[in-house]
Amino acid sequence: MISLAGRDILHSWSKFVLTGIGLGLLIGVTLTMAGVYRGMVDDAKALLNNSGADLWVVQQDTQGPYAESSSIHDDVYRSLLSLSGVARAANVTYLTMQVRLDNTDVRAMVVGFEPGQPGEPGYLIAGRHITRNHYEAVADIKTGFRLGDSIRIRRHDYRVVGLTKRMVSSGGDPMVFIPLKDAQEAQFLKDNDAILNERARTAANPALNRPGVPGLLEAIQASQNANRNVNAVLVQVASGSQPETVANDVRRWKHLEAFTRVQMEEILVAKLIATSARQIAMFLVILAVVSAAIVAFIIYTMTLGKIREIAVLKLIGTRNRTIAGMILQQALGLGLIGFLVGKVSATVWAPFFPKYVLLEPGDAARGFVVVMVICALASTLAIRAALRVDPANAIGG
Amino acid sequence: MDGFGIRIEGLSKRYGEGDTAVDALKDVNMTVAPGEVVGLIGPSGSGKSTLLKCLGAVIEPTTGKMTLGDEVIYDNGWRIPDLRALRRDRIGFVFQAPYLIPFLDVIDNVALLPMLAGQPNGESRKRALELLEALDVGHRAKAQPSQLSGGEQQRVAIARALANQPPVILADEPTAPLDSERALSVVRILNQMAQQFNTAIIVVTHDEKIIPTFKRIYHIRDGKTFEEKGLAQN
Repeated sequence: MISLAGRDILHSWSKFVLTGIGLGLLIGVTLTMAGVYRGMVDDAKALLNNSGADLWVVQQDTQGPYAESSSIHDDVYRSLLSLSGVARAANVTYLTMQVRLDNTDVRAMVVGFEPGQPGEPGYLIAGRHITRNHYEAVADIKTGFRLGDSIRIRRHDYRVVGLTKRMVSSGGDPMVFIPLKDAQEAQFLKDNDAILNERARTAANPALNRPGVPGLLEAIQASQNANRNVNAVLVQVASGSQPETVANDVRRWKHLEAFTRVQMEEILVAKLIATSARQIAMFLVILAVVSAAIVAFIIYTMTLGKIREIAVLKLIGTRNRTIAGMILQQALGLGLIGFLVGKVSATVWAPFFPKYVLLEPGDAARGFVVVMVICALASTLAIRAALRVDPANAIGG
Repeated sequence: MDGFGIRIEGLSKRYGEGDTAVDALKDVNMTVAPGEVVGLIGPSGSGKSTLLKCLGAVIEPTTGKMTLGDEVIYDNGWRIPDLRALRRDRIGFVFQAPYLIPFLDVIDNVALLPMLAGQPNGESRKRALELLEALDVGHRAKAQPSQLSGGEQQRVAIARALANQPPVILADEPTAPLDSERALSVVRILNQMAQQFNTAIIVVTHDEKIIPTFKRIYHIRDGKTFEEKGLAQN
């Protein structure tokens, strides 16, 4: 038996292909939306992987440093190093800000780190690591910066000496790595006018400027200007030690919060990007409904255009299941064309998105199944219409 | 085959019930022998289409008996269970317009019926080609229906009607869209095919040009049939 659906598709292939392209672009948008979500999750995991940490030690009762602000003293890492099971510990700061290059600025997460310690960029694709104590930077290529560029962060200029890749914040902003001291200053140091005002305010306070206590005012003012805070301490546990055990020790003895990698992943994926994920899920549902409506409308219209042929087919003894199969196969064929166009489209345009779009083969496979199911369901309306056609319609009168 | 291709006795068809009931057919009797072509003529509303649908096993008569060859199809409320298979295997249809399937080429339009009946594709196409050649359109076997002239399309439709070698063919105004020459050509072909394949053919028509070509004519008026000899008899 010949394939009626296949012959019909071949006969009017231009209509099918054009319709399939239209549907495919919609499917491409759907796959891209799923890719955006996967990209967000992957960004979050990349952030954790690239930090090289087993534990994140942050301010007590916070879920920092990525989901909430956290501020702890920069000497905490020393006491952490004394804990059993801690192999390495290093301070880090994170600050999302606009980094200037000439007359333009780029939104980036500025990371302060100590060279050779957890928190430094894992690998470079060009240039070298930071070797000087100040005013050098390593940037993710998504910033658009090039080696040798002079970028401005707050009051100082930094020379880009290295480029790295896939170092982004959980929000997808590319990272710029600078020495810890510079980052602390960028994050916490006030501008000169604010410092002058603060000094005058402190001097005017009789409790802090006592006539009989020489040096008190200067000491207080010095402490106000200097900043010894960081956002977190990244800890690597010693071989054979359990991160959860070390985290419990940190919580119990240091009055700090410590998160294991699993807990941090939970914070990033389940909490930080949860709203965005729900937003994308809503889009996916709407796109699925729209796709189903379009397929149903197209197949229904195409079937109505063949009512006379269907009546003739029924009159000459074609089984209902043969006619239903023809319509179902056409709907599935349309879905197949649409899916192929959508997959190719999503693959072509994904790299041009400002945020990372991760198109996973598993999502494509699931998308294919969903498209086929939607097309099959959408064809039921047309099948019902076809099965209601009276073969007597083929006979005049 | 017995002495008749199709025979109907006392056939009636009533639409609706009670006060709104309409008797579209009343005591219709008709016999067509194998190899015979008869005309069925009647004004609009006379019951032609209803009779054609009953003969085509599309609607069921209310009462009466219909026999196709040696097989009883209807008998006063009883009918054979599978009318769809009956239409496929034992009745051929030719319509006013050819109604070829536009997405199948000519040979597959004809071969589709044997394929639907379960014949292998190769055999079905071989049979279709033989019919197309018999109807002088074999050279257009691979063409699409839209590439054929009106006369060629109608010949392909006749070939399709003959594809399963049915004992009876119902032709509903088969010459309506054709000019005189082509209309007479179609009637010649129908006569030729009726004799060649021993098929009973009923041609429903208004076409004055072809009425004189029938040896027997059934007139239908107010749901009743009247037989008369055609001009071709003399």
